[in-house]
Amino acid sequence: MAHDQELDASGLNCPLPILRAKKTLNAMAAGQVLHVIATDPGSVRDFDAFAKQTGNVLTDSREEGGKFHFLITKG
Amino acid sequence: MAQKKLAIIATKGSLDWAYPPFILASTAAALGYEVQIFFTFYGLQLLKKNPDLKVTPLGNPGMPMPGGMERFMPVLLTALPFMQRVMTIMMKAKMKKKGVASIEELRELCQEAEVKFIACQMTVDLFDMEPTAFIPGVEFAGAAAFFEFAGTSDICLYI
Repeated sequence: MAHDQELDASGLNCPLPILRAKKTLNAMAAGQVLHVIATDPGSVRDFDAFAKQTGNVLTDSREEGGKFHFLITKG
Repeated sequence: MAQKKLAIIATKGSLDWAYPPFILASTAAALGYEVQIFFTFYGLQLLKKNPDLKVTPLGNPGMPMPGGMERFMPVLLTALPFMQRVMTIMMKAKMKKKGVASIEELRELCQEAEVKFIACQMTVDLFDMEPTAFIPGVEFAGAAAFFEFAGTSDICLYI
């Protein structure tokens, strides 16, 4: 998965994956892609909701190897 | 789109009740909300420099205990002197194991995201609390100041 930055939020629980992702996105430029890895099952719904409310685009959301992977394009 | 606003009143000073205000405030801020939390009565404990927050099984029938102990433990036993301390230690250990943020961490994340903390001046005076006991960045105000923000908020929560 092509991306500009990676954030490993494995082992972190709600709301930390979202907060860390937001912080990382703040330092990125529009159009850049952030790859987030998480283990919190709640993060699947949360990243979808996060993208819808913030104008960032969730371009991919999948489970792989027991972890959740998200690609977020900064809006 | 105009920036949404979230106003929270935090009134509880125990470890379990400390989570909802800080989790919701930090998340809302990450979603682009402008957030203020008004801390009153026991909620003021959440603003202390070294918060020593506890969770108590006493009078809390919904609190799960290790091994399902809550099903057969007499209520009176939950009043034993060591019980609150032991339960607090166990709860904190469990939270750490499950990757749940500490209150101090969530509070810091709130402040980084410019969540405004307002301490109720009346209860600060009532409990003879020193302003220096609170973390930096806390503002002191009354009910009218809260309404100035809450009156224009999109979501207002009493916790």
